[in-house]
Amino acid sequence: MLAELTHRCPLSCPYCSNPLELLGREAELDTATWSRVFHEAAALGVLQLHLSGGEPASRRDLEALVLAARDAGLYVNLITSGIGLTAARLDAMIANGLDHIQLSLQGVRAAVADTIGGYAGGFARKLALADIIASRGVPLTLNAVMHRHNLDDLAATIAFAARLGARRIEVACVQFYGWGLKNQAALQPTRAQVDQAKRVVASARAEWQGRLVIDFVPPDYYADFPKACMGGWGSTGFNITPDGTVLPCHAAATIPSLQFQRVADAALADIWYDGPAFRAYRGTDWMPDTCKSCARRDIDHGGCRCQAMALTGDANAVDPVCRHAPARGIVDRMLADASTATLDDTAFIYRR
Amino acid sequence: MTRVPSLPRGVRIHDDRVRGVPVLLGPERALILDDIGAAILAEVDGARTIDSITDRLAALYNAPRDEIAGDVLAFLDDLQVQRLLDYAPVTPHG
Repeated sequence: MLAELTHRCPLSCPYCSNPLELLGREAELDTATWSRVFHEAAALGVLQLHLSGGEPASRRDLEALVLAARDAGLYVNLITSGIGLTAARLDAMIANGLDHIQLSLQGVRAAVADTIGGYAGGFARKLALADIIASRGVPLTLNAVMHRHNLDDLAATIAFAARLGARRIEVACVQFYGWGLKNQAALQPTRAQVDQAKRVVASARAEWQGRLVIDFVPPDYYADFPKACMGGWGSTGFNITPDGTVLPCHAAATIPSLQFQRVADAALADIWYDGPAFRAYRGTDWMPDTCKSCARRDIDHGGCRCQAMALTGDANAVDPVCRHAPARGIVDRMLADASTATLDDTAFIYRR
Repeated sequence: MTRVPSLPRGVRIHDDRVRGVPVLLGPERALILDDIGAAILAEVDGARTIDSITDRLAALYNAPRDEIAGDVLAFLDDLQVQRLLDYAPVTPHG
């Protein structure tokens, strides 16, 4: 379960996974409601809780939320940019049972990182916090979001994670939804960059085996088949937005035909099992014939509904990344258009 | 096999009452433990060597030691590669 505690964030990354319409502080669930939801989630069978945002440290009650989540029996992972956290707040969360920290990384050079984050001095503050995390011994994963402007720094990024003492690094190429889709042409890595990145990952995995786990999410536009989004809709995970809306994935609200429920209105278990948004694309009944009859049906689970919506205007369409998709030409045209962009092109539309 | 396996900070065994199984929880990982995995991890206490764990399991299940040794090593090595388990060399008099 991913809890988007807030949309507030000091950074304004042009690929932010938050929606185009951000919620303000006044819309956010209070501490007691989140605590109830954590207990409902544990009773439903949720094992892992990801406290995310926005920047979760924007919430003054983050320390209390960690305590409530551990009390519910959940494994508590904090997903943070590090901005707004102090040693004192970190120590309070560790004392309250924080299990793991996932620190986002916008780049390994201040120039790139602060341009992407839209926050001067952010990189220096992140480094200071990373040292504090390392000194406390709390398990650390570095989440490096990669794109045209930093993918060439991949080897240095992996070395950076190892130097910090991270156990894992997630090398996640930008996915194009919401803000990311607005900036797709400026962020899309080239095919040559992606091929080189795959070689770097293979070599680094051999070099760091047993010391640093390297997960790599390549950009799906260059793939032949769609990603198995969420491991299958309504099968393994869900998101709760700052105002308590329960979503099958972080972008699901971009599908206008879906009806969502909030934790204030129904029990989490009822929303998960019977909610119309979760039933809409669970399993295989909804699939177009191309997917239903495909040998990869139970591997890809029909790809990504939000991507189908964003690129074709029809959430029921075959994921346009798929080679069998009637709309694959849309993705190929986007790749062709992006191939003319340069590294100097940082005219991003920042989230706001 | 005188290495000593232990669960690092941030990795713990969770009694999943909803599914009725033990689960190994770690950073963004949740592994449902089968009977063999649960039995091996029950012997991992940060003090016993792999040899000692193998001896104890062979006695407990009255099974051939060679067979047990292979299972134990494969299981623990797989967890170590995922950084869900640490190995320390045995310390004298420790």
